[in-house]
Amino acid sequence: MNAQVHGAHLEVKGLTKRFGGLIAVKDVGFSVNGGEILGLIGPNGSGKSTVMKLIMGIERPDAGSVRIKGVEVAGWPSHRIARLGAGMVFQHSRPLHRQTVLENITLALLPDKLRRLFPDPENEARARAIAERVGLGHVLDRRPSTLPFADLRKMEIAKAIARDPQVVLVDEPFAGLTSRETAAFSQLVTDLRDDGRAVLLVDHNVKSVAALVDRVFAMYVGERIAEGTADEVMRNETVRRVYLGGSIETAARPESSFRDTTPFLEVKNLNVFYGKAQAVENVSIHVHQGEFVSVVGLNGAGKTTLFNAISGVLPYSGEIRREGKPLGGLTPAAIARGGIVQCPEGRELFGDMTVRENLDLGGQHVTREESEKRMQWLFDLFPILEQRQAQTAGTLSGGEQQMLTIARALMMNPALLILDEPTLGLAPVILEQLSKALERLRQTTPITVLLGEQNVTFALPHADRVYVLEHARIVWEGDPSRFAAEAGTGYL
Amino acid sequence: MSPAFSLVGRIFSSRTLWISLIVVVLASTLPLYVSGYILGLLTIAYYFGVFSMAWDLLFGFANEVNFGPTFLIGLGAYTAGILDNLYQPPILLCLIAGALAAVTGGVVLALPALRVRGPYFGLTTLVAVLMLQNFVVVAAGLTGGEIGLTVPDVISIDDKVNYWIALGFMTVSGLILYGIARSPVGLILQASGQDAVQAGALGFNVTKHKLAAFIISAFFSGLAGALLVFYLGAASVGTFIDVTVGVQVIIAAVIGGRRTILGAVLGSIFLIGANEALRPLGDLSTFIVSAMALVVVLLFPSGLLGLLTRTKEAV
Repeated sequence: MNAQVHGAHLEVKGLTKRFGGLIAVKDVGFSVNGGEILGLIGPNGSGKSTVMKLIMGIERPDAGSVRIKGVEVAGWPSHRIARLGAGMVFQHSRPLHRQTVLENITLALLPDKLRRLFPDPENEARARAIAERVGLGHVLDRRPSTLPFADLRKMEIAKAIARDPQVVLVDEPFAGLTSRETAAFSQLVTDLRDDGRAVLLVDHNVKSVAALVDRVFAMYVGERIAEGTADEVMRNETVRRVYLGGSIETAARPESSFRDTTPFLEVKNLNVFYGKAQAVENVSIHVHQGEFVSVVGLNGAGKTTLFNAISGVLPYSGEIRREGKPLGGLTPAAIARGGIVQCPEGRELFGDMTVRENLDLGGQHVTREESEKRMQWLFDLFPILEQRQAQTAGTLSGGEQQMLTIARALMMNPALLILDEPTLGLAPVILEQLSKALERLRQTTPITVLLGEQNVTFALPHADRVYVLEHARIVWEGDPSRFAAEAGTGYL
Repeated sequence: MSPAFSLVGRIFSSRTLWISLIVVVLASTLPLYVSGYILGLLTIAYYFGVFSMAWDLLFGFANEVNFGPTFLIGLGAYTAGILDNLYQPPILLCLIAGALAAVTGGVVLALPALRVRGPYFGLTTLVAVLMLQNFVVVAAGLTGGEIGLTVPDVISIDDKVNYWIALGFMTVSGLILYGIARSPVGLILQASGQDAVQAGALGFNVTKHKLAAFIISAFFSGLAGALLVFYLGAASVGTFIDVTVGVQVIIAAVIGGRRTILGAVLGSIFLIGANEALRPLGDLSTFIVSAMALVVVLLFPSGLLGLLTRTKEAV
């Protein structure tokens, strides 16, 4: 290969990926030089993780080119791409639990050969050196399951370094880390750059990686929306609109207008742990009868965990009360029958059943006439579902599926409707339809809604009150009209 | 220090292995003071131990649940038996042919099966067992069908010789399988089983390693199956291929201790011994043995070997 080929370490052009009818990535192109960090930014469902998987060969691109140090690798299996010089720091991984930290790092140094039945003593020394470098020297002989979360992340970076990759992809580098741990981890990422590697940082928002990256490439629903320095991208009009919404018209009712002295739902000092990682820390929120409350937070902030605790599917400490009575001892089914109905992030429709059958299932607990009546009302709210009645749910578009999920929950005549990220992966035009339906729901019924969103544009207009959830904690509470001024910068 | 020496050193530094070797030495003296009846039971248990160890390499390390260990065992047993029946070549040749047949069948099965994800690998292997079972019944002229296949030759008619052969074979197989499991290849295999996406991103060809594990597993299963034929002097669907036999192999490996290789032998001896001890109870014995297996799996997920090593560490 001649020398002039080596422009950028990583060069992506016209990258496209479809999943069924959904175009997850559309004509994306960028390049990263050695000694440079590029931030790949986009809200949930924007396709950024798919781009990373396409580069690493975990998914096959439908079109486009991926060049690593000048070699075309699009369509290669991931082990070949890895051997050519790409490495990935996984956000979640399953380390070898019966082996020590040292052995886990040594694993990454092994050649892909079946004849290697005898260990190379040099590998252990190299693994030791790498562990020292990332700050794991004191836990070499421990099992991964005994390590704090931040050390597990360091182990992942150690494994990636072990392959000496020229291109390093880092998935959500700071998710689940405290600010002190974030600083230490940032240093490790900076070290990767200073070694002359090309680093691609994948994250949700610009702010969290702004101090680290040389350039930012921002995506939304599979496409490029902006590119430049962190400052430029944060000032970009499209980016601001995607993350913060343009001028948001809010129709908040003041909290004093809700007359109930005991809130309908009250969560007090809630704590939830997943193993060692604390997903919800000392969270207290309340929702009045008839109120529309939005919980805004980035991916991984703890929204879903909070909702799952309310629905009773997770063990927690702290108190959750409905109209003053604790929900603690109730089963998830009892809580749902009592009228607290959650629309999960994953939608969880019955894909092989028709739209009508899905709705009928939701109406199991009410009388036939009541069920008919509700269905007519829902078809009025979501006209598209009436047209699609006989179609199976699996063949609906993402937006239609989301509407069906909400409609099915409404069939159960909920007292409190919990919506978890309804906008996940939806195109803007669908968002608007969904937004209108929610507005009508709010105007025409006395329903109480708790909405979890990272899409601020969607979360604010309907809300009476907003909570901001960040790193497992509530950091802001207030009127939606004050959000952009007081809490908005964190969402760029 | 040469790398070969360091691995051998590492394997022999394992206390479990040292204790196992002492147990083997003690076991080799058994023919001096126990009855032929017990020797016969242990002989079968040792071959079963190899079946289970070979299965544990796939399940415990590659994380692939092979519901068809008897597909590989049956291929080895019937190939060796039919060959002996038709041409009476030297027994060694029959054994080699049996092992090769199992490996070939294993590759033919594994290549497509490893492409599917999740429970489908297990289902594919289960279907393979049923197909082989059907084939044996249909091709009765060749295989003896439902009545079974009698082989003209046996390795030896002496209980003690048969016992020592089985013990020796199990010991060598165990050493090799244990060595592979503890080698760098075993580490890559575990990583592939635990998180295939990450193993790929670390540069490991996951399919290649899993296929290799399947081939090794098939080789030992087939060879053990062939040896067992020449011990029993007969092959039948009920002893070599039936799904219930496969379930016994799996139960033995699981109650012995997943990912331990050596625990599988313990599990086999326990299973064969319990089945025999409870035989007077008739059908009830199967129920009791299954219940005991269930208790071990539920209460001691690390199996009998895990239980023993833990108790020792506590002392």
